[in-house]
Amino acid sequence: MSVLLPYLDDYWREMVRVRALDRLNLSLTSYPQNAPLSCRPDWKLDNGQKPGSSLEAMQAHVLDRYRPRFGILNCLYGAQVMHSEDMAAAFCRATNDWIRDEWLSRDPRLRASIVIPAHNTELAVAEIERRADDQRFVQVLMLVSGEVTLGRRQLWPIYRIAERLGLPIGVHAGNAYRYAPTATGWPSYYVEDYISQSAAFENQLQSMISEGVFAKFPGLKVVAIESGLTWLSGFIWRADKTWKGVRVEVPWVTRAPSEIIRDHVRFTVQPIDAPDEMEAILRLIEHLESDELFLFSTDYPHWQFDGDSVLPENLSGALLRKITSENALATYPRLARAERLMEIGV
Amino acid sequence: MSIIELDRDTPAETKLRVIDCDIHPAMTAWTEVHPYLAKQWIEHLSVYGSHLRHAFSEALTHPRMSPDAARVDAYPDEGGPPGSSLALMRSQHLDPNGVEFGMLIPLRWNPGSQRNLDFGVALTQAMNTWQIERWVKNEPRLRASVLIAQEDTAGSVAEIDARASDPNFTQILVLPRTDEPFGRRRYWPIFEAAVRNNLPIAIHVGGTNGHPSTGGGWPSYYMEEHHAVAETMQAVLTSLVFEGVFERFPKLRVVIMEGGLGWIPSLSARMDKHWTRLRSEVPHLKRPPSEYIREQVWFTTQPMEEPGRASQLIDLFDRIGWDRLLFSTDYPHWDFDDPRYAFKAPLSEAQRDQLLYRNAQAFYGIR
Repeated sequence: MSVLLPYLDDYWREMVRVRALDRLNLSLTSYPQNAPLSCRPDWKLDNGQKPGSSLEAMQAHVLDRYRPRFGILNCLYGAQVMHSEDMAAAFCRATNDWIRDEWLSRDPRLRASIVIPAHNTELAVAEIERRADDQRFVQVLMLVSGEVTLGRRQLWPIYRIAERLGLPIGVHAGNAYRYAPTATGWPSYYVEDYISQSAAFENQLQSMISEGVFAKFPGLKVVAIESGLTWLSGFIWRADKTWKGVRVEVPWVTRAPSEIIRDHVRFTVQPIDAPDEMEAILRLIEHLESDELFLFSTDYPHWQFDGDSVLPENLSGALLRKITSENALATYPRLARAERLMEIGV
Repeated sequence: MSIIELDRDTPAETKLRVIDCDIHPAMTAWTEVHPYLAKQWIEHLSVYGSHLRHAFSEALTHPRMSPDAARVDAYPDEGGPPGSSLALMRSQHLDPNGVEFGMLIPLRWNPGSQRNLDFGVALTQAMNTWQIERWVKNEPRLRASVLIAQEDTAGSVAEIDARASDPNFTQILVLPRTDEPFGRRRYWPIFEAAVRNNLPIAIHVGGTNGHPSTGGGWPSYYMEEHHAVAETMQAVLTSLVFEGVFERFPKLRVVIMEGGLGWIPSLSARMDKHWTRLRSEVPHLKRPPSEYIREQVWFTTQPMEEPGRASQLIDLFDRIGWDRLLFSTDYPHWDFDDPRYAFKAPLSEAQRDQLLYRNAQAFYGIR
């Protein structure tokens, strides 16, 4: 929080001081700092620093090691879930400023998602507009479980501006805990909460499809980040069958959910919930009838894989190229533009 | 006469032998349960009705896409809702579909979701007697389920113990939208009673508990609500595993009803993967989650998954385990699965018989 102080206006700086907000730890319940999943052991920082909080470590662990052309930062922090919409907006704005100054400006490979107060559409749109001209912000970030289901019409201004600016909506695992994380109430254990995230992705895709988000915004892309991936097969089978049975309720959904997903939704490949990841990816490609849906990700600093096995070995060269770059370039217009500029040496 | 002729003409390989694990009986009028309810509760029912944690006292949160969520051809000529006529159930379903045994799953009133616990327990007692008197005594192919009001654990255990000696009850019935995730300790006396009486627990889609139908809020459409029951079942199974219910009750058998099948392999793998990482939080789990599921959990088949290719359905069954699948039709609901056409994949006679009959025969100990 203290790193955000320079980016707050006088009122919020005073509020931070008066209310001692900077002494609050606004880390998300979705990722307890010391939980094994939240940070790979060899990616831990000295002196109990927050995992992922050091650019130098990130460079050593990921950027210089796997040498991606681009890496997209998704900042998961309390700013986006504060109940006060004003406070959320002020902190999101400061977070984005901080990302710009402390990360994007210090490593040319980095790109970022725009953190928004999604529960106030007007303020969220204002924050997206504020970042529109900075091409290094390539995506809008939302949590998979926020204040309302993601297809709700009240959120559509966010999707409208995202479509207009060529910004995919990155839906990341994580919960604002406005409700119990499952329809059966509050589980006892963190591991259950985490497991429930894949179900949340299922529900939210169903919401966005049912409400007609993709019919209304045909240029919109959604990226499901850290979703677990293998739930997709069962999802499309059920969603397609249900749609065939009850589509008269949602006449604007004129295509099967699986087709809509193929056109509009992409998925990052960490974690892959399967004992054999290679087999799992090939099975998904067969079920989804597309090899264009999956995007390389490390989920750094979360502990999803060991050593350098970010992707299964033995992926064919063509598929490897799709997953490691072509699919992302087709998903993120701002990355594709940057790539072209690099190629012509601008 | 014509029936006999039809029988003779039917080729042997198309003759069906079915155990239907999900049949929904209905009441012609709710006064049908009066003989089994104390006067106090008859009055309560007529004065106050259901008192649930959602907006409608009698209707569900999301109106269905067909009246009574039923097949349009399932309305009895003599009146009453679908599922209320034994004669029609016989002529439309039990006889032509070769149903040798059918498991009754009564859904009326959501007794387990009633906020008034005594009322909920009274309803379960009445509906359990009603299943026997109205259905099982008149149709020997049918079997009853011990409906319980799980939020009153003591009342539930008493009802289980009271019914357990009657062989017409084959299982305990709970709806998954419990007040707390079903694996939590408050429900353990129910699991203990199930094991003590050697009755499996059936968890059938339904219930209402005040929590939105998704972790991200209330859906707008029935299309979402209908989909979300699969995710709810995932949460129930996750809870049972991670609370250690299967570890503590290794003889407990659970059957998940109408929750879909496509998610089972991926959820099992997800549980295993993240258990590996986070197992220090749940030291009471001694084995990977998938092992408990493989050994102690069964699934009914309706609504059958329909992947793009037949081989994908076979692959799905391989990964779930063929012996874990119990055939069900969901009669008389709109998404009824016909035993002749439900499996869109080539099955051998042995596989078909296993799915339609033998698995349930073994599961319910039918001789």
